[in-house]
Amino acid sequence: MNAYAPILVLGAIAAAFAVGSVVMASLTGPKRYNRAKLEAYECGIEPTPQPVGGGRFPIKYYLTAMLFIVFDIEIVFLYPWAVSFDALGIFGLVEMLLFIATVFVAYAYVWRRGGLEWD
Amino acid sequence: MHLAAAYDTLAFFGRDPWWLVLLKAVFCFAFLVLTVLIAIVWERKVVAWMQLRIGPNRHGPWGLLQSLADGVKLALKEDLVVKGADKAVYILAPIVAAIPAFMSFAVIPFGPAGNEVSIFGTRTPLQLTDLPIALLYILATASVGIYGIVLAGWSSGSTYPLLGGIRSSAQMISYEIAMGLSFAAVFIYSGSMSTSEIVASQQPTWFAVLLPVSFIVYIVAMVGETNRAPFDLPEAEGELVGGFNTEYSSLKFAMFMLAEYVNMVTVSAVASTLFLGGWRAPWPISTFWEGANHGWWPMLWIVLKIQLLLFFFIWLRGTLPRLRYDQFMKLGWKVLIPVSLVWLVMVSAVRALRNEGYDFTKVLLYVGAPLAAVLLVALIADVVRKKPEEPPAAAPPAAFDPMAGGYPVPPLPGQELPPVPRRRRRTPQLQDALNGADHSEGS
Amino acid sequence: MSTLLAAAGSLEPAARSYLSPTGQEIVFLLVGVLVLGAAVVSVTTRQLVHAALWLVVALGGLAVEFLLLTAEFVAWVQVLVYLGSVVVLVLFGLMLTRAPIGRSPDADSGNRPAALAVGAASAATLVTLVVDAFRSSWIDLSGPAGTTRLTGEFLFSHWVLPFEALSVLLLAALVGAIVLSRAKGDGTKPRPGNLRTVLTKTKER
Repeated sequence: MNAYAPILVLGAIAAAFAVGSVVMASLTGPKRYNRAKLEAYECGIEPTPQPVGGGRFPIKYYLTAMLFIVFDIEIVFLYPWAVSFDALGIFGLVEMLLFIATVFVAYAYVWRRGGLEWD
Repeated sequence: MHLAAAYDTLAFFGRDPWWLVLLKAVFCFAFLVLTVLIAIVWERKVVAWMQLRIGPNRHGPWGLLQSLADGVKLALKEDLVVKGADKAVYILAPIVAAIPAFMSFAVIPFGPAGNEVSIFGTRTPLQLTDLPIALLYILATASVGIYGIVLAGWSSGSTYPLLGGIRSSAQMISYEIAMGLSFAAVFIYSGSMSTSEIVASQQPTWFAVLLPVSFIVYIVAMVGETNRAPFDLPEAEGELVGGFNTEYSSLKFAMFMLAEYVNMVTVSAVASTLFLGGWRAPWPISTFWEGANHGWWPMLWIVLKIQLLLFFFIWLRGTLPRLRYDQFMKLGWKVLIPVSLVWLVMVSAVRALRNEGYDFTKVLLYVGAPLAAVLLVALIADVVRKKPEEPPAAAPPAAFDPMAGGYPVPPLPGQELPPVPRRRRRTPQLQDALNGADHSEGS
Repeated sequence: MSTLLAAAGSLEPAARSYLSPTGQEIVFLLVGVLVLGAAVVSVTTRQLVHAALWLVVALGGLAVEFLLLTAEFVAWVQVLVYLGSVVVLVLFGLMLTRAPIGRSPDADSGNRPAALAVGAASAATLVTLVVDAFRSSWIDLSGPAGTTRLTGEFLFSHWVLPFEALSVLLLAALVGAIVLSRAKGDGTKPRPGNLRTVLTKTKER
């Protein structure tokens, strides 16, 4: 755990700097009230009223995040496999090839169903 | 500590006295801030030269103090909190963006792990710290940094930041996959995830030479991950104003800028460490000068490599136009990820066969033949496959009503604006000119 | 902090007493309380996105707990997978439908008693199970048990079947996501620019 002390120290310095800057900004800057300044910025026109419920996003983003989780988990398994690759031998290789192939089937399915199209 | 005892170079870490830890941490922080300040001026200068301009030249010699002046200016600006914002999250977001950016730099080695230098009489490695899972740590902190952006976009309570924030986070997670996959091939060769071990295992050859495909994938992914041109879609000024930080002002805005540039420095440092030999002297120097890899000299090489990669970022920005969002996602998901997966399988197959003692030609045969077969099958399938027939002519689209939602919206592709009512016919030439202008607008 | 770091290296077998906890154990308990608090706030807050953020705190606290148990690899995997992607998915899911700023009084589905009962029951089961399994055993944290190399070698030699089964699970998850997101518009491309299709009613301003 000793190796984590420097990380904590660096994190503390960064945190002090970031919080300090944000606090300082509220002290050093001028404050002149103007109603228009506090409106949401939309290129100078009156802000478009927000739709009820805050609007919607394409489901693509959800699908991307889902695909990201799947590949993230794949990466998480690839790393220990890669680190002890030489010790695992051919058996480890075959194991991982099976795993990659199965995930690749999922990937090919998503591709085929248009989950990767963004136009 | 027992954890580290299993490894060689890792045994050198976690033994510094507290003042040395503090000194090194302050050095890392100062190095990042200084590099960023210089990089911003340098970027503006270089881009200006590339565009035959002069660039900043008012503040300090050659405009060197420009970033400092910008910082002071930002500090003296009004600190706005927009009306519709979620105040707590709005203030938290720049802090969340900045802290992980700095923290991931902690495991970058500036020199060999062998206690080669002496700082105030204490022998120590030129590296803040190292972990057995250092690169997993870098990936994890990078993924925490995404929160700063997505929260900034959401908490502003405004349309452009929300779009920019979501876009940006989708982009970063997409390219994080390619980045993570390109690391795996390196780990196969180094047998470790610690940065010092990875540099140590690049003894005769850099991994950029051994694993060129991984290197290229990483380079592309690192530009995408840091939202830099030509992948700077989140802040595409033409369509999204400023992206997720539109509603931010003063030093809060500066925090996002700082985080972006710090991330650039970090990914450049990771690229140097993983693929470009880290603190090792480049090839011609290392052949005739033994001392180049010892003492304080390694620091020079890694700083040079980081600066070169930063110049590469600037060069890209000065050269390439911005990609469209669908092209960008296509590159990430349909090119980088399959390429790096196939490459990983090839690298591991070659490595496993060589470990088993097969000679090179056989390895080439066993790995190359299936690959060639797959390519052939794909080629034939592509030629033989029936081309999709032309879709039947679509029915003419319904008349487009720009005011349907209660306020005007622009037409979508394929929709025509309704004709603008004319007052009366004037001269024929003028009428033609008007028609032409109208047509180009509507298409 | 320094006491924690000092304690981590000096876990003597002689110090096995509940009455004189080491610094590491104290921190472990404190972080545990923090995780519990964040989890409770996460399920009780009326602001949807804030709930997701408290979930981040709870999951990050769990990563710290893993780290204190010297399972470094698992700890950072927790950060990478849960903080870095699962909660991002949750946030995207929220913004997919709605992520209003401020309170959402209609977010409560009225299932509170049932949810409380299920939560309490599963917590009780887990506590009973864990206490029963590790009642008085002492786990020595000084070994290299949490390293990547060991994790990898165990995983790929002793746990092959679960590992391969996991890939099928991932496949199923993705297919499920596709089926959910493409239930109606089969084959048809989504309309470009449909970010703001729900614009029928506008909020009073």
